[in-house]
Amino acid sequence: MRRNLHVLSPGLQTTVQDRGRSGWRHLGVAHAGALDADAAALANRLVGNDAGAAVLELTLRGPTLRFDAPARIAIVGASASARFDGERVGSGRPVQLPAGTLEIGSLRGGARAWLAIDGGIDVAPVLGSRSTDLRGGFGGLQGRALRAGDVLPLGRGLGLDVDTPDAPAWWIDPSHDAHQPIRYRPSAHAAATALARRGWTVSASSNRQGLRLQGEALASPGGDGVSEPVAPGTIQLPADGCPIVLLADAQTVGGYAKLGHVIAADLPRLAQCVPGQPLHFAPVDGATAHRLACAARARIARIGVMIDARLAAV
Amino acid sequence: MSPPPACDIEALADDAWLLRFGDRIDPDLNAAVHAMAARLRASNPSWLRDLVPAFASLGVFFDATVDPARVHAHLLALVEAGASDGPLSMPSRKEAENSVVEIPVLYGGEHGPDLESSAAELGLSPDELIRRHAAGDYTVAMIGFAPGFPYLSGLDPALALPRLATPRARVEAGSVAIGGAQTGIYPRESPGGWRLLGRTPWALFDATRELPSRLQPGDRVRFVAIDADGFDRLAAQQDASS
Repeated sequence: MRRNLHVLSPGLQTTVQDRGRSGWRHLGVAHAGALDADAAALANRLVGNDAGAAVLELTLRGPTLRFDAPARIAIVGASASARFDGERVGSGRPVQLPAGTLEIGSLRGGARAWLAIDGGIDVAPVLGSRSTDLRGGFGGLQGRALRAGDVLPLGRGLGLDVDTPDAPAWWIDPSHDAHQPIRYRPSAHAAATALARRGWTVSASSNRQGLRLQGEALASPGGDGVSEPVAPGTIQLPADGCPIVLLADAQTVGGYAKLGHVIAADLPRLAQCVPGQPLHFAPVDGATAHRLACAARARIARIGVMIDARLAAV
Repeated sequence: MSPPPACDIEALADDAWLLRFGDRIDPDLNAAVHAMAARLRASNPSWLRDLVPAFASLGVFFDATVDPARVHAHLLALVEAGASDGPLSMPSRKEAENSVVEIPVLYGGEHGPDLESSAAELGLSPDELIRRHAAGDYTVAMIGFAPGFPYLSGLDPALALPRLATPRARVEAGSVAIGGAQTGIYPRESPGGWRLLGRTPWALFDATRELPSRLQPGDRVRFVAIDADGFDRLAAQQDASS
């Protein structure tokens, strides 16, 4: 039987995302994908999906969704106060649900969470990915965030037959220490190291394309230079002297001066920055960035192995 | 032919290197970028994920689990090989002649609302501006800003026009425009500050097509002026085929 997910209330910005698009950047196509691909992959693992299955990315306030058939779900990321037909649903664990309504509510302690459902969100892939490209207007569900009344098809799942919510007592929490500075590799730009000497605040105009920072402006050359490739993590310095850290929906080229890039190990932390939050930066070298990236991958792999062991014991 | 320019390699991301051939818009630098992109693609390394050719630089994205030093060594070897056999690595003129993409454009009227004011600003008649814009021999220097948006180099310098002081909230898909010393085409309805001279009935970019973009970086492009009937006919053909 075909299962569907009905959107009763969309939340602030809920999008379909997977691991994003590769191989199309030369045509100006953004990478997109979950802002924390590791968290999305772990959520998938908890429900028995491939790591690259499409999930829902939730922003600050989650959606209310009606399942028309039983499903196994997992929420990973910022804390959610989810309820299923009034009963509390924990995060970071596989939860088996009968048909009914899941109300996710506001997120706490971070800006985003990822909701995986067994079988994955089965929208048609576009350019090799189910991720929503909000600026390009394609992928996901019609290239846009969810709206009330939307119906999302689910892939072939576990075929559960449950009549009450059921979850194990264990959970995972792959969150990061929010108090550490964000580590970056400075460019040769004159203002690149000054970034670390000032405190910054996350602006409310931040989105999936970029995290905008407010603070004492850095000296900027002003105007646009010759456009060059940019990437998620690139730290741009526009004419107003307030840096922008590009995220997964980054355009492929840009003309602003570059102060360097946030290291791969710290990119997932940027997904959790809420407006008004203070942010500090610390410079590191390439060898450190590589070592931290390897350590971050090893940590996620360990959590994955632990999930598999616990799921096998259920 | 002069040897290809030297290039610096710097970190763009933990999974990307940037090869910078210069910091200005220049046909030779851009040709060196596209030649390097072709050479890198031909070397077909398993770690290659994405190539982003820009005006004077090339972004090389690789498998994040591969040691960046290994990728760097591969790039350095290609750069050095290119410096020693430079002219061979450039695409031959003859080959390039064969791959000119001709883009039909209906200039002026509702499709080119800035044609008359732009011509007046340049001291030309509208017909002369059309003739000189359509006479140009352009190259897709890069694709960016939005999916499928081609930045075309090769604009007659006498046709350079500053961007609008206040960008339009809405530019029609297919609008052919001048922004500074470049010309380009808006693939999708969007805001935009370039001067709109006309419009092509072609859908330049469609993510659901197997080949989503009509144009590729490095392609050579000419504009062919068409009339309103030609525009309607081509637009109808396109709707029928999609």
